[in-house]
Amino acid sequence: MSEKIKHFPGEQLRGRDIREGRVPAIKFRPNIKYAWSTGVAMNRFIEGLKQGKIAGSSCNKCGRIMVPPRSFCEECFKATDGYTYVKDTGTINTYSVSYVAGDASRIKEPILVAVIDLDGASKGMGILHLLGEIDDWKQISFGMRVKAVWKPPEERTGTITDIKYFAPIREE
Amino acid sequence: MFGKKRVAVIGAGMTLFRRNLKETGKELAWEASKMALDQAGLEVKDIESVVMGTAPDAFDGVHMKGEYLADGAGAFRKPYSRVYVGGGTGVFTIDAGWWHIASGQFDTCLVVGEEKMSSCYPHPAYAFTTIFDPIYSRPLGVTLIWIFALEMHRYMHVHGIKKEDIALVSVKNKRNALDHPCAQLGANITVEDVLNSEIMCWPVQRLDISPTSDGAAALILASEDVAKKLTDNPVWIDGVGWCIDSTFWTNRDLYYPKYVQCAAQMAYKMAGIKNPPKEIDVAEVYDPFDYKELHHMEGLMLCRKGQAPILTRDGVTQRDGDLPINPSGGLLGVGNPIAAAGVMKCCEIFWQLRGEAGKRQIKSDPRTGLAQAWGDLMQYGSVVVMRS
Ligand SMILES: [Zn+2]
Repeated sequence: MSEKIKHFPGEQLRGRDIREGRVPAIKFRPNIKYAWSTGVAMNRFIEGLKQGKIAGSSCNKCGRIMVPPRSFCEECFKATDGYTYVKDTGTINTYSVSYVAGDASRIKEPILVAVIDLDGASKGMGILHLLGEIDDWKQISFGMRVKAVWKPPEERTGTITDIKYFAPIREE
Repeated sequence: MFGKKRVAVIGAGMTLFRRNLKETGKELAWEASKMALDQAGLEVKDIESVVMGTAPDAFDGVHMKGEYLADGAGAFRKPYSRVYVGGGTGVFTIDAGWWHIASGQFDTCLVVGEEKMSSCYPHPAYAFTTIFDPIYSRPLGVTLIWIFALEMHRYMHVHGIKKEDIALVSVKNKRNALDHPCAQLGANITVEDVLNSEIMCWPVQRLDISPTSDGAAALILASEDVAKKLTDNPVWIDGVGWCIDSTFWTNRDLYYPKYVQCAAQMAYKMAGIKNPPKEIDVAEVYDPFDYKELHHMEGLMLCRKGQAPILTRDGVTQRDGDLPINPSGGLLGVGNPIAAAGVMKCCEIFWQLRGEAGKRQIKSDPRTGLAQAWGDLMQYGSVVVMRS
């Protein structure tokens, strides 16, 4: 704001007054739903999940094994050269601990979130997923080894949540 | 010179940044646009083109937001477009305004940023859950704060940065904002206040984050010929840059924003800047979270990787330091009506370079300033370099 300007437009209302109708306000709630086709490459991923496997795709030009799989390599801008399965074990690249839900409301038991670099994929090919079987989130560490914990086959529906979460690999 | 015409900023304006403003988005856009026109000594009939920046339609709940806001931006029967690159929108709007004039097509352009986030219930954060890939991300319940916490944590881990060093950014910016008459969250807080604030998504705590805001900001751009007729102290746009990285954000190392570096390199090359820390006198870098100021200082090559927390601790980024960062108070202090916040940063650089920033004025006579914004799935950078 410039020192030449002496008038600052805008009048603040209270959110409660708007919500509870003490000031004029119009309300609207949209009711729309979506159903997405999963596409060429992600069909393989979804089918793999039902079988308890994580699919990736490979590019012969840059040599990358990519997760999630794609039908074209965005680096080389050419069609990928086939699908492959990577392991369901990996390493924690980074993690966070959420005490808020999607609508910003507070939750008691925190959601443990991580980017996991999967074994068998190219370096740095992480996926986003949840962590579980951890009593205290302070036990999580960078570089920790984890393995997917799958839903039983009959409960899998072909979504990323067919993996319940990744759990620490306990050393024997 | 890049382009057919050199481009100047000759006026700026903004509304209060607040949660739950009474004014509609259109009215906010009008207030900011009118103020900028008055400051430039122009009327809307003198404006040949208009660029509107405004972020997700889901906030306002109007799925044709560019068109909805057009009247408030004086765009009635004029060449008009709306640009949208997530959080990067605000600074990209001035970049887009630049090419309107640099192309030789127009002599004037009104650049407006608007956002009205507080109309969205139960919380505007919920609108953000629809930005994620529907197939492999959304079923997990992913939220924006999850992914920023993942990025912050990775950045802290790679460089061994402590939370207390990051908290200094929030302390500085909220204090700077006390001198900004439109600021929403100016405050004197301590590092302990930040560290003791409620955990949102570790390592992000309540006072690490900018607020939900409504507001608008605007700039008047003009070609050199027009600018020199209207003002003795135009501020020149000498560099613009923008860049996007892949949407596969889990497939890159989040500790460093390479796409911000690419955008900065584009702008520096154009402005002839070879040594950014020496040649940039003041910067408004995008700070929706406190760690983002540090992360972006590094991406903008204002310091080496991992050094931004040290400069901050040493007071270098204070208003009286060698490299003042976010003298306005930034998004953490002034507020974060997304696209309007980015335009506000450009306004601040304009006022700083004109010596009009009042109590916020940097005393060392800044001649070169930078504004930057960032957005989408941690993948977009937009930069502008201005000189007085
Ligand atoms: Zn390739």
